[in-house]
Amino acid sequence: MLLCLHIWFLEVVSNCSDDGSHAKDHHLSLPVSTGDLTTSAMGEMEELRKEMENLKDQITAARKTFQDSTLQEAAAGVTVVGRVQLKTRKTLRGHLAKIYAMHWGTDSTLCVSASQDGKLIVWDTITTNKVNAIPLKSSWVMTCAYAPSGNLVACGGLDNMCSIYNLKGKDGNVKVMRELAAHTGYLSCCRFLSDTEIITSSGDCTCVLWDIETGTQKTVFAGHQGDAMSLGVSPDFKFFISGACDFTAKLWDIREAECRQTFGGHESDINAIGFFPNGNAVITGSDDATCKLYDLRADQELLTYQDASIMCGVTSLAPSKSGRLLLAGHDDFNVNIWDMLKAERVGVLAGHDNRVSCIGVSSDGMACCTGSWDSFLKIWN
Amino acid sequence: MTIRRARPDRVQHFRPRMHCLKKLEAVVVEMQSGVKGSEQKLNVTTIPHVITGKDIIAWITNKMKSTTEESEAFGTMLVAYGYIYPLQNHRKLVMCNDSSLYRFQTPYFWPTQKWVAVDSDYAIYLAKRNIRKKGMLEPYEQAHYNHLHEWLNHKWDFIVMQATEQYKAYWIVNKPPRRTHSAMHNGLELLIDPNSDEVCNPCRDSSVLSSSVCAGSLLQKIPFDTYRRMNLFYQQAIMSSKVKSSVSLGALNKYVATYKNHDPFLAPCLPSNPWLTDNDTYWTLNMRQVEVPTKMRVERWSFSLFELLSDLRGRDDFKVFLKKEFSGENLAFWEAAEELKWGTASSMTSKAETIFKTFLAPGAPRWINIDGRTMGLTVKGLDHPHRYVLEAAQTHVFLLMKKDTFFRYLKSPVYKEIQKKALNPEPHNF
Repeated sequence: MLLCLHIWFLEVVSNCSDDGSHAKDHHLSLPVSTGDLTTSAMGEMEELRKEMENLKDQITAARKTFQDSTLQEAAAGVTVVGRVQLKTRKTLRGHLAKIYAMHWGTDSTLCVSASQDGKLIVWDTITTNKVNAIPLKSSWVMTCAYAPSGNLVACGGLDNMCSIYNLKGKDGNVKVMRELAAHTGYLSCCRFLSDTEIITSSGDCTCVLWDIETGTQKTVFAGHQGDAMSLGVSPDFKFFISGACDFTAKLWDIREAECRQTFGGHESDINAIGFFPNGNAVITGSDDATCKLYDLRADQELLTYQDASIMCGVTSLAPSKSGRLLLAGHDDFNVNIWDMLKAERVGVLAGHDNRVSCIGVSSDGMACCTGSWDSFLKIWN
Repeated sequence: MTIRRARPDRVQHFRPRMHCLKKLEAVVVEMQSGVKGSEQKLNVTTIPHVITGKDIIAWITNKMKSTTEESEAFGTMLVAYGYIYPLQNHRKLVMCNDSSLYRFQTPYFWPTQKWVAVDSDYAIYLAKRNIRKKGMLEPYEQAHYNHLHEWLNHKWDFIVMQATEQYKAYWIVNKPPRRTHSAMHNGLELLIDPNSDEVCNPCRDSSVLSSSVCAGSLLQKIPFDTYRRMNLFYQQAIMSSKVKSSVSLGALNKYVATYKNHDPFLAPCLPSNPWLTDNDTYWTLNMRQVEVPTKMRVERWSFSLFELLSDLRGRDDFKVFLKKEFSGENLAFWEAAEELKWGTASSMTSKAETIFKTFLAPGAPRWINIDGRTMGLTVKGLDHPHRYVLEAAQTHVFLLMKKDTFFRYLKSPVYKEIQKKALNPEPHNF
């Protein structure tokens, strides 16, 4: 009864089932305080809450029973990786303001970067030439993505829209192909699945799968209770993970439109998330200055990468091709390189004059590119 | 010869919310006969045909059997959508549960009237845009504006007045509902602190909007229905199959060890890393269409079927092997299914048909051997093809290839030959 009157006026569009904490409900004006409900309803609510706590305890217990070995034990026999030293090979200059995001193309030589001077630049990283410089309608851009085919790039930010640009237009000009507008919050991250589908995460706590040809939402993945800050797609394109400001990361099945697993454990907003190269583990980076490794099949946290000397939050991360190294960019202008199996720091990339906002490893694993608020992109190897 | 309507309706026939509004109008009609209207005395004058807020709310509560708060919210919506208008405080479109005066709007002005857009509407729109953009219209808009100004000069005062009123009214109608958090109040002024722990029971007549969501004490705000859904999710999570952590850790270790030599950060690559020596021989040797692949690449193909199929050169080699074995239809089906999954929506039906004719129909030229149940499901699904209709069959075929054909490929003379032929370039010596 409480819900039906409001649905007359406000259309709730969601064609997927979520994990229960339907964040959209919070944006409808439901009178939610317990004082409004009768005592019998109160009793029922208490019961449900107790059941929920009970189930959560059961899950933690089940996870413990499956934890019959830690990564330290399993990796004890592995040889130590020596000190890893990467040097700056190229510096890409051209942006006039903070760089917020970058993404490698699949050919490992082209990458796209977005900066708040309102430009999206596609770089040929070897020659440091700019292949395309695309002016944006809204300069408040927070994310960019390169399609696997290399034909499209996407960007979005505080305009709540994801704009798709066609790089291989007929007359050679780069034009807006679609503007995907339906989010009610800023666009924090977007990733292409193909030339026809794209997934976006937004500050309105939802992630959405769009059909680019028609410009409509195919599925809305609601369930986070805080702004969804980043997302990563699995190597086989069947799943994706999202990290949010409610300190959890969720694994979503794209096809079934469901949240399969939720991973907690962080103490602050999760800013960056990525899949381990074999697709069975997830790495998250958070404002509490730690990164965590979660395993999908064992459904638990395996390792935490932290160090007492690191006090700034992680803004971005990328695993190396073999998965042995984890590169994490921090607010203190450095990138830390971790040995993933031993949880030790094996290197630092220092070279930026301002916060490192984005990092990416090319698909052949050859080079890593970091972008920073000092408006430069550096290629390291 | 077709005769078109004199005025094209320009998609006016499709308007969102029409369905809801129609239901609503039935209620408003009932209300008109249900709520007593009267004359109100105000100083010397009398105001005819008015209804008081509390009468309306009492009627709604009675009819819908809801709480007063719900009726108030419903009433506010009626006012916002224009079915009832306030007589005294017409800037604030809310329904107050007291003796403030309202009147029913004539049906002529109801939103469902579906008026066709006319030139004066466009003129009003352009005038509003002019106000908003402070005179900086696009050239085509400016041209239309001038034309309409000349053409509708006799109505121009009316148009400008409508434009200014509508411009101001937008923010009154589209205000966020009471007692909810508006994102406009975040920011430097911080009228609302989004992280505060306020209880959601603010005083009724306060004009300050209170926040309703915060990351810390979410449990207090979670509505009743959500608990049930969350419990369902947790129960499903318990029942989901889990793997012992030692197994998955072992898999992680194995992966890292296998790829150790293929990670350019950890091991040098041959002939030389292009980033270090500025010589891109490595990339030319590893291109898609190269005749003879490098040894490292061929080694990578043996790691997993997924790796083999993702590298297009590897896929070609696999095809050669399958042709010798006369079992190429599995891979061909897999490729066709991939094309269907990632292709454009318009091509979907035609692709599905060709796939059916080539692979699935009984007696087809390249009939694939999948179990009866999957075949039945797939054929049924092909009546209404969508992107993932071949998912089950594709997974089955992939597993078949992985468990059987892949290992035979690795032991086959085709693979051994390509291993021998593969290049091992000399490291550059600069």
